[in-house]
Amino acid sequence: MKLLVILVNRLAWLIPTVFGLMAITFAITHIIPADPVAAVIGENASPEQVAALKEKLGLDKPLVEQFVIYLTGLLRGDFGISLYTQRPISEDLFARVPATIELSVVTLFVAIAAGIPVGVISAVHRNSLLDHALRIFTVSGLAIASFWLAILFQLFFSMYLGWTPLQGRVDGWGPDPITGFFIVDALIIGDFEMLGDVLAHMVLPVLTMAYPAMATIVRFTRAGVLEAISSNFVMYESAMGFPRRVIIWKYVLRSALIGTVTQIGLIFGILIANSVVVETVFDWPGIGRYAVDSILNSDYNGVMGFAVFTGVIFILINALVDILHGLIDPRETR
Amino acid sequence: MTGDTLLRVSDLKVSFQTEAGSAKVLDGVNLTIGRGEILGLVGESGCGKSTLARSVLGILPKNAARITDGTILFDGENLLERNEAYLARVLRGRRISFVPQDPFSSFSPVFSIGDQFMELMKWKSPEITDAQAAARTILSSRYGRARRRRDAERVMEMLSAVQLPQPEAILRKYPHEVSGGQRQRLMIAMALLTEPELIIADEPTTALDVTIQAQILKLLKALAAERNVAVLFTTHDLGTAWEICDRIMVMYAGQDVEVAGSADFFARPNHPYTDRLLASLPGAEGGLQGIPGNIPGFVSPPGGCRFHPRCDLASDACRTTRPGVTALGSGHAVRCHHPLGTQFLKEAVT
Repeated sequence: MKLLVILVNRLAWLIPTVFGLMAITFAITHIIPADPVAAVIGENASPEQVAALKEKLGLDKPLVEQFVIYLTGLLRGDFGISLYTQRPISEDLFARVPATIELSVVTLFVAIAAGIPVGVISAVHRNSLLDHALRIFTVSGLAIASFWLAILFQLFFSMYLGWTPLQGRVDGWGPDPITGFFIVDALIIGDFEMLGDVLAHMVLPVLTMAYPAMATIVRFTRAGVLEAISSNFVMYESAMGFPRRVIIWKYVLRSALIGTVTQIGLIFGILIANSVVVETVFDWPGIGRYAVDSILNSDYNGVMGFAVFTGVIFILINALVDILHGLIDPRETR
Repeated sequence: MTGDTLLRVSDLKVSFQTEAGSAKVLDGVNLTIGRGEILGLVGESGCGKSTLARSVLGILPKNAARITDGTILFDGENLLERNEAYLARVLRGRRISFVPQDPFSSFSPVFSIGDQFMELMKWKSPEITDAQAAARTILSSRYGRARRRRDAERVMEMLSAVQLPQPEAILRKYPHEVSGGQRQRLMIAMALLTEPELIIADEPTTALDVTIQAQILKLLKALAAERNVAVLFTTHDLGTAWEICDRIMVMYAGQDVEVAGSADFFARPNHPYTDRLLASLPGAEGGLQGIPGNIPGFVSPPGGCRFHPRCDLASDACRTTRPGVTALGSGHAVRCHHPLGTQFLKEAVT
């Protein structure tokens, strides 16, 4: 019952948050001294042609009116027309969503699968040599810039060792789009050669994005475990002779995860931010690169579409995290 | 003392590593408990009661604490010579179980009470033999359905034995959803479920309301007597000790000073510290007497009898040598160079 309250509460917050997000993005994109019309029409157009295009795109109206027009369109699910390609934003953007989601989900999975055990081990062997080594490793994950790491990975694994593809999502066209997720599509049609190729292409971008995400998970898991391990229930369970591994990996970890799960929502934000950089370096056809292209082409609507879409996803993920949080910690919901 | 000794702690010395130096928290402590006997371990906070209890359980903090001398004989075997795995698998929870001081935080908050009971039974069910427990591996620790069902029945029986209403409903709840008294009943149920020979109860009622304390004590005493389980009961409250203990042992600053049967203890205290402790109880005359001075530090404690700086009878011998055990008959023993003996009784009468 309380879970439903949490959910409704979160979804209600979606409205003002997205509104604020749009207002800020709209203001920034329209105030910067860039001219999308010039980018589209070229230098040799006559003033009449420029005026005509401005009118067609609605750029001749006052800013506030433009914003209202944009908002009303959005309510109907219309993200507007790309100023650059002249195609609906929703078509361009949504065609790229699966590539980014696939990358993010695999990255998150890798980051969690590596980060939680490392965090627990680090805490259990606190202040040992192992702990110090793991901490240097994880702090580096937070400190190293993604684009630099990405290029380093490319140089070493692709150029020098030749183990992985340099960039792209797949060699050739990829599987016929059924869901748009190449791993899923390759599995559906049973083409395991294709699956291998898709996975090989994912290795470097996933590693690049998973490293900082994992670092965050390690830090919060370690802190959570250290706090939980000094609880009275750990002393009690030790006194009653529960196996050490059950105490640590079941009871302590479950308590520690309460803090870690909260972080996963924020990590998703890091992943989206990093996707912009990582997708550009690895030539990954996702929404991150779409955002970069839109910025370079002064395509307001493209940038807005990216910001609104990722904003909504981010808020939904955090609503999901709150629910997960409630499921892990019964004190929240009962 | 009966001839059938279950636990015999001899000359136990435990030090803690602190920043100020090595703290000698236990200084040659002796203790015996017979089968089915309830021994009250009484002393002020910080006198080493909990350290003694944890030494017997083998759960002293590994980095900080060190047992420097002594033996802990449980049913004839020296626990200090046993390895950690054996103690955890065979002894703890099965032959020696534990009731914690704080029932509020001793349950994991994120698992239901039923889950935690079944976890205990999975590892510590009385159906598991010592040999099975000792040889436990990840593979052999499967929890078969038949045993699980029998264990669940044991849990239900035990919950009604500790007088908890609606046991099924309680097992579905989470620890924060039941009261403190109920939680301590649950803790006692868990301690008894594994059919141990000894329960170590570390101030089990300190965290509870006074009205509930008495109920819990009565319950613990009745159930222990019924099942012939010995209890090592630590408390700083003499009244509590009087209510449930067969014998009472007093500790002062890491030393055992006097032990006697309950009635004898209150009638005939022989150690000056015990005497002052009893005098500090609110009496019928309404007098409240403290003991002048403070508990000494453990890093450089007073030599000999650690009570001597606060003792009116202290002599040179008290300052240099720890008194040996003087038996006064019928299980009453004192470690003092100047036991009060009958002289005290005369003074009390006049």
